Amino acid sequence: MNKEPILVVKDLKQHFKVNRKFTVKAVDGISFEIYPGETYGLVGESGSGKSTTGRSIIRLYEPTAGNIVFNGEDISGKMSKKALKNLRTNMQMIFQDPMACLNPRKKVLDIIGEGLDIHKSYSSLEERNEKIYEMLELVGLSREHASRYPHQFSGGQRQRIGIARALVMNPDLIIADEAISALDVSIQAQVVNLMKKIQKETNIAYLFIAHDLSMVKYISDRIGVLHLGHLVETGTAEEIFNNPLHPYTKSLLSAIPHPNPQVEKTRKSLTYNYSESGLDYEAGKQHKITETHYVLATDDELKDFLSHQNDMI
Amino acid sequence: MERERILKIRDLRISFKTDAGTVQAIRGVDFDLYQGETIAIVGESGSGKSVTTKAIMGILASNGQIDSGSIEYVWHDENTGERQERDIVKMSKDDIQKIIRGRKIAMVFQDPMTSLNPTMTIGKQIMEPMMYHYGKTKEEAYARAIELLQEVGITDAQKRMKNYPHQLSGGMRQRVVIAIALSCDPYVLICDEPTTALDVTIQAKILELIKELQVKKNISVIYITHDLGVVAKVADYVNVMYAGKIVEKGTIDDIFYDPRHPYTWGLLSSMPDLDTDDDELYTIPGSPPNLAHEVTGDAFAPRNQFALNIDLRVDPPMFDVPGSDSHQVASWLMHEKAPKVDMPESLKKRILKMKKEGLKNE
Repeated sequence: MNKEPILVVKDLKQHFKVNRKFTVKAVDGISFEIYPGETYGLVGESGSGKSTTGRSIIRLYEPTAGNIVFNGEDISGKMSKKALKNLRTNMQMIFQDPMACLNPRKKVLDIIGEGLDIHKSYSSLEERNEKIYEMLELVGLSREHASRYPHQFSGGQRQRIGIARALVMNPDLIIADEAISALDVSIQAQVVNLMKKIQKETNIAYLFIAHDLSMVKYISDRIGVLHLGHLVETGTAEEIFNNPLHPYTKSLLSAIPHPNPQVEKTRKSLTYNYSESGLDYEAGKQHKITETHYVLATDDELKDFLSHQNDMI
Repeated sequence: MERERILKIRDLRISFKTDAGTVQAIRGVDFDLYQGETIAIVGESGSGKSVTTKAIMGILASNGQIDSGSIEYVWHDENTGERQERDIVKMSKDDIQKIIRGRKIAMVFQDPMTSLNPTMTIGKQIMEPMMYHYGKTKEEAYARAIELLQEVGITDAQKRMKNYPHQLSGGMRQRVVIAIALSCDPYVLICDEPTTALDVTIQAKILELIKELQVKKNISVIYITHDLGVVAKVADYVNVMYAGKIVEKGTIDDIFYDPRHPYTWGLLSSMPDLDTDDDELYTIPGSPPNLAHEVTGDAFAPRNQFALNIDLRVDPPMFDVPGSDSHQVASWLMHEKAPKVDMPESLKKRILKMKKEGLKNE
């Protein structure tokens, strides 16, 4: 993986000013890279800043500080027209709630075609519609569905429309913000398979934001663990799951219920509480464990982590 | 110890009148609940798991009606110790409210933010049912409420009594809901997806809390969920529902280590465990049937790659699995004349691995 990263996030900060005295530091200095054709999973509890990160990257928010470089262009500050076009066409988002993210008054044809219309990326109406039909077929819907409205579809089908809408611009990176959380188990598997299949065909990169760890492990190549706006640990899926170092990562992993009754009945989850743990995220640095595995800690904390490395089940 | 049956449901059928016609949401459900045990009802959305429990609580939506069947409660009167048996299908609404709901049976809903009243302090909300059902004075109820808050693991109970729901985090709110549910000492607790709205770390804590309270108070719990991981953690018995019917029931080991129904196979395979690295997840093709139309034969047949000819014509009855007194399956594949069909190879491997892990743990 010596390729150029497609997305470089450096020291991203996203603060929200609530009033004169109080500012929420939703994301507080995180850095990571995403390479073409890979899936980067972001996990963490609610309020850890994972959705905010995704939304800052695609510039639904104005980042407070830090750099975001996408396809070689800086998209964190004021953008040139060219950079803006690069961002708006080559990065797309799939939202969590398939019921809420589609305009109920538009036909599927126009929902999927909206991006094409805005960027005028076709020469004739036939070409536009042909592109849309192709997308529908790619995501497992049929041509006839184009003239229907969102309410005529089931949840899984709507999420497919959301995916088709993101894919029609032929993007390099898709941010999937809890894209499967609202779906049923059997439908989740269908959508995940679809996303993987598309990745194989188009070499697209995903930023996959979710709290369902078993699904994240399944779909991601690398994983970042967020807590309180800090990236506490990042590494390949195997490193995170087989050799977690940070106590927060450990507690997250211990909380996943396994579908295996004999194991599950005897297992207790670990507790982790930042204020009681004595850790200081502000003072910590990213320590390199292996080429891909990093953990946030001060020097003393790191020693402590390493000595407890094999404590987990 | 003799298991005491406290809830008996027989041939329950429920339909809803909608603009699109009558929807047969529940098509003949039987199950029993015994003292101190936990059963889980598993299924996709629309399979009727919530409707079943709403019927048990007597809170069906106004366009729903129970067409047939019985829901019988058995309890011992708290003063005289006398054994009582009532069928709530035949009871009046007022009687259900006075005798059953809240008092004998309580429910924890999915989203704690919408099940708590945002305009009342949580203290008041915990005291309310005790004052209503048992006529406790304010002081008695207050003392008991503080005890309850401590029982569900909330520190600073006295201070918390004055808080409003929005001042608490999601996990805290769900703890408050559990405290309210337990305030009248019910003997059945229904948990309708109690952790879906919560984070994994908090989910584990809440499940452990419910389990701990269950043992302490010897109550029975019905879980409704689609998360098989949760089921594995909490349940003694599992009922798998599909399209308004129970298609497979058995002990937790029956369902996880020896599943027989193709739908259960699908459910178990479609969920990635932490070691799955196959290229593709197994999926159940198609989507659940629309129950507004009459279903002939087995409702799962159109999605079932193992479907037999008879599946399309006649609804399968419950077959007993040979050699087990708890395991039952509604599938023609279990009939003695049916061709022998084995579960998919990948699932077999996974079950073998799960059994090994289980042994290691003992």
